Amino acid sequence: MLSEKTLGSLIRDKGRPGRRGFTLPKNDVENLDLEKILPKKALREEKPELAEVDEPTAVRHYTNLSRKNWGIDTNFYPLGSCTMKHNPRANEAAAATPGFASLHPLQPEKQSQGALRVMHELQGFLSEVSGLSAVSLQPLAGAQGELTSILMVRKYFEDAGDTGRTTVIVPETAHGTNPATATMAGFKSKEIGVDEHGGVDVEELREAVDETTAALMITNPNTCGVYERNITEIAEILHDAGAFLYMDGANMNANMGRMRPAKAGVDIMHYNLHKTFSTPHGGGGPGCGAIASTEKLAPFRPDPTVEKSGDEFRFVRPEKSIGRVAGFHGNFGPILRAWNYIKMHGPELRDVTDMAVLNANYVRAKLGGAYRVPYNELCKHEVVIQPPEGKRALDIAKGLIDHGYHPPTIYFPLVVKEAMLIEPTESESKETLDDFIGAMLELAETSDEDLEASPTTAPTRRLDETRAARQLKARW
Amino acid sequence: MSLPQDLQYTKSHEWVRTEDDTATIGITDHAQDELGDVVFVELPSVGDTFEAGESFGTVESVKAVSDIYAPVAGEVVEANSALEDSPEKINEDPYGEGWIVKLKTSGSSDDLLSAAEYEKVMKEGD
Repeated sequence: MLSEKTLGSLIRDKGRPGRRGFTLPKNDVENLDLEKILPKKALREEKPELAEVDEPTAVRHYTNLSRKNWGIDTNFYPLGSCTMKHNPRANEAAAATPGFASLHPLQPEKQSQGALRVMHELQGFLSEVSGLSAVSLQPLAGAQGELTSILMVRKYFEDAGDTGRTTVIVPETAHGTNPATATMAGFKSKEIGVDEHGGVDVEELREAVDETTAALMITNPNTCGVYERNITEIAEILHDAGAFLYMDGANMNANMGRMRPAKAGVDIMHYNLHKTFSTPHGGGGPGCGAIASTEKLAPFRPDPTVEKSGDEFRFVRPEKSIGRVAGFHGNFGPILRAWNYIKMHGPELRDVTDMAVLNANYVRAKLGGAYRVPYNELCKHEVVIQPPEGKRALDIAKGLIDHGYHPPTIYFPLVVKEAMLIEPTESESKETLDDFIGAMLELAETSDEDLEASPTTAPTRRLDETRAARQLKARW
Repeated sequence: MSLPQDLQYTKSHEWVRTEDDTATIGITDHAQDELGDVVFVELPSVGDTFEAGESFGTVESVKAVSDIYAPVAGEVVEANSALEDSPEKINEDPYGEGWIVKLKTSGSSDDLLSAAEYEKVMKEGD
């Protein structure tokens, strides 16, 4: 049972009517009647139900909640596909600089030259990493970067008067958001399968591509952690049909400095700045899904981008822009942190990639044997494994909680039964990985009975996920 | 694993029972077992038409969301609205109360499998 003791009560229940954690100074300006200065529809009929608590109660409430939180700052967090790596504290120092932190998005360009310079330089860095010359920092998250890219592709064909492009092809190893993006952008999404290496089935692609194809959305490395070794050939097939190759760049910590998407034939891609260039994320925290494209697609980028004329930086609307995709200028926090992260690493960004790939392969090599590895060849930044025959991914995941680890992603990618997708990331030491591997090997030997009883050390025992999903109780 | 001999099957794990011009469709025992506890079913509306092989709805389990494909072409005459409140019927009785949709169909499809053929597909998949 979930008791109040384990989960804690709501802050509202800890208060008493009229109790305050503050006192306000005496009002020394004129009291205005709200009904005279605001329209009726903007006024509340009842007072909001705010918590009425003293300051120590508020502090303890939130501190205790935060202690129940499980994050990268407390534990190893190998959540596949999500890149939960360490967020360098130097980034936070940069983001807290008063000149940036206090800047208002409506301040004139002349007063925001520092911020505009950061944006302009980051556009250049992202262009350098991808080899794609045109960048937009507007999209607020990876999925929005995808949508922005596919909307740009759509506008390109509209502008060219090519009305027959109705389909976007998505391999089954792509991120789950890809088919949703294609549909949201007004295309039909067509799925194709994988070959024995877990990569796109090139022959199936060749048959699927025709004059109705607008683009292929490829995730590289894909969700099996496998590098798409045929990407150049894939790009050629699309280009021969007049279609574009879009790359989901959420996994760029496996490519930076080693693989330039433009060189492989990619026309347009998105980054997840919050993953690859480290901004605290998860739980929907602010992200940035910056996009990079070839010159052919550049005129269709969202409004605005930053350009430099003379010594001055200014916002510019690309010629045939799809319009705004975000309020103001995107999420500046992740933009600044990404700029800082890249400045700190410089050409050593390549070492980030190398460490991410080394760590994932170390885990693959050590777990192979006790666990099944469906694509047991060199992987990139993440590895997909399966539990020993007869055991369930869910039970191993719950068992990991008792060992002090955040479980990896389970039951994804869908093409692998009982999949466990482990992304150790580049920021973990060998000792941390060895401890995790030790726990995983122990769990492989743990009796089914004990596994099914886990977790036993968490604030709650095994939750009934089925009942939670069937009898949804959502409040907001 | 239950596999009624009198039904026809698809490679994508649907079953179909054809009586006159009505095809009753659901997902197989094997499919529900692989999916795990079903928590939500998205049903088509009466009157919707589908080609053979076209997706007509989705089944969501604790593990994944999967499309369900029409084994034969036809028009929806009835959808099993009981599944909206009790999706667990798909787990408990996949060939009976867990049926998903009834189509008015104008013919069969060459791609349908017999129970024996479907059993082979299942084995290859493992």
